[in-house]
Amino acid sequence: MSDWIKVCAMDNINEEDVIRFDHSGKTYAIYRSPEDTFHATDGLCTHEKIHLADGLVMDDIIECPKHNGRFNYKTGAAKGAPVCVNLQTYPVKVEDGAVFLQVA
Amino acid sequence: MVILGAGECGARTAFALRENNYDGPITLVGDETHLPYERPPLSKSTLIDEPGHKPIAAMEQYRQASIEVRLGVKVVSILPAERSIAFSDGGRLPYDKLLLATGARPRRLPETTPSHGRIKYLRTFEDAVDIRSRLGTGKSLAIIGAGFIGLELAATARKMGTNVVVVEAQPRVLMRGVPEAIANVIATRHAEEGVELRCGVWITSMTESDDKVSIMLADGNNIEADTAVVGIGALPNTSLAEAAGIDVDNGIAVDETLRTSIPNIFAAGDCCSFPIAVYGGRRVRLEAWRNAQDQGNLAARNMLGGNEAVDSVPYFWSDQYDLTLQVSGLSDGAVSTVRRDLGDDSFILFYLDAEGTLISASGIGRGSIVAKDIRLAEKMIGSRVKVNAEALASPDVRLRSFLST
Repeated sequence: MSDWIKVCAMDNINEEDVIRFDHSGKTYAIYRSPEDTFHATDGLCTHEKIHLADGLVMDDIIECPKHNGRFNYKTGAAKGAPVCVNLQTYPVKVEDGAVFLQVA
Repeated sequence: MVILGAGECGARTAFALRENNYDGPITLVGDETHLPYERPPLSKSTLIDEPGHKPIAAMEQYRQASIEVRLGVKVVSILPAERSIAFSDGGRLPYDKLLLATGARPRRLPETTPSHGRIKYLRTFEDAVDIRSRLGTGKSLAIIGAGFIGLELAATARKMGTNVVVVEAQPRVLMRGVPEAIANVIATRHAEEGVELRCGVWITSMTESDDKVSIMLADGNNIEADTAVVGIGALPNTSLAEAAGIDVDNGIAVDETLRTSIPNIFAAGDCCSFPIAVYGGRRVRLEAWRNAQDQGNLAARNMLGGNEAVDSVPYFWSDQYDLTLQVSGLSDGAVSTVRRDLGDDSFILFYLDAEGTLISASGIGRGSIVAKDIRLAEKMIGSRVKVNAEALASPDVRLRSFLST
């Protein structure tokens, strides 16, 4: 396991929204849920490598902005066509008002 | 269950039947020889990348789902009285429920006399591979029609160094369904990239020779190119339905549950016209990737006895260069427009009806910058949300807030 990486201040992510975070050549998507919990997945849709951070968060679902592939961003599970490959998820914690991501 | 048409809609329906716990036989019938594949890349990446089609699902997935796929076969008739379809080789396939997902075909240009294979249409993977071989530095391409297909092809051809001229009979590009302000952004970008756009002029004749295509225009000018691609819209494939006595009205006419006028036969996707609830039940036909998916899912549920009505809002997108254009809803009937600037030259135009209800939104920007707002707008349109124009114009007001009021 690597160290925890600071992503941003927690207020930089709106409730029910997602941002893009790049680290060591990899893109992640960092989410703030309606219940105010934070989550992280791979940043690119497994269908056509579109950035999920441009997509819409609704309830527990992130919807890809281009072809509407849907994933549960808390579990990474693909939720039907056109995606069938799950997203990897990553641990996230909040400390002193900042969001931290643990990459594999 | 038999599905006639092995495209996006047909394939989605087949899998959705299984996802809805149907355990009987499913047969997916198509006249192309490929497994169902994605068509949006045909005017974009398929022309640039090494030729290869992107299957919607691998053969193994069809096997695992016990979906029989019959490809490269021609259906000659539907026989509702005996609940079967007939193939050109004389074979029959019985059905309990039949879905027509026959798609659409390119509208032909009557002024053409194809003779040397230089006048092309773009609908299938083979079309894309053929056109691809005619693009590149030093080659010239004339595109007839400045709609989505024509302009996406123009952008891709320019990326490959092709000299491109686009001829459009309408006074501007993207006349159908795209606001003028957004169409102007697209047209300007094409001009900057070196595409010659000629709008407001129509073709009087198009002839081919061994080495070129000659296009005569009504203004007396003549265009010569190595290849011409005609992209002037699509027509629904309705002939089998018509011959079977199924009602047709700008597409196979279905009710709000995708049922045709004949029992046990459904239709979905590009081939069908349906009453759209969010716009008062007026009949529309949509040629769009997501509509094919949504209606495939719905058709599957209703083929299994459901009675759900279509409730989706039309949605289209187009990629040209680094610009993405997204449109949600239909803007006819709008009485006012609200512009929301998102920075970096990207913006969204919202269309409101007389009651202040949002009925359509169109956005353009680099990458997917407008995507979130367009998707939220789509939900607002579906929820028939009345909006405050001033708040809508302000990028500081989150669109999500309109959904919670």
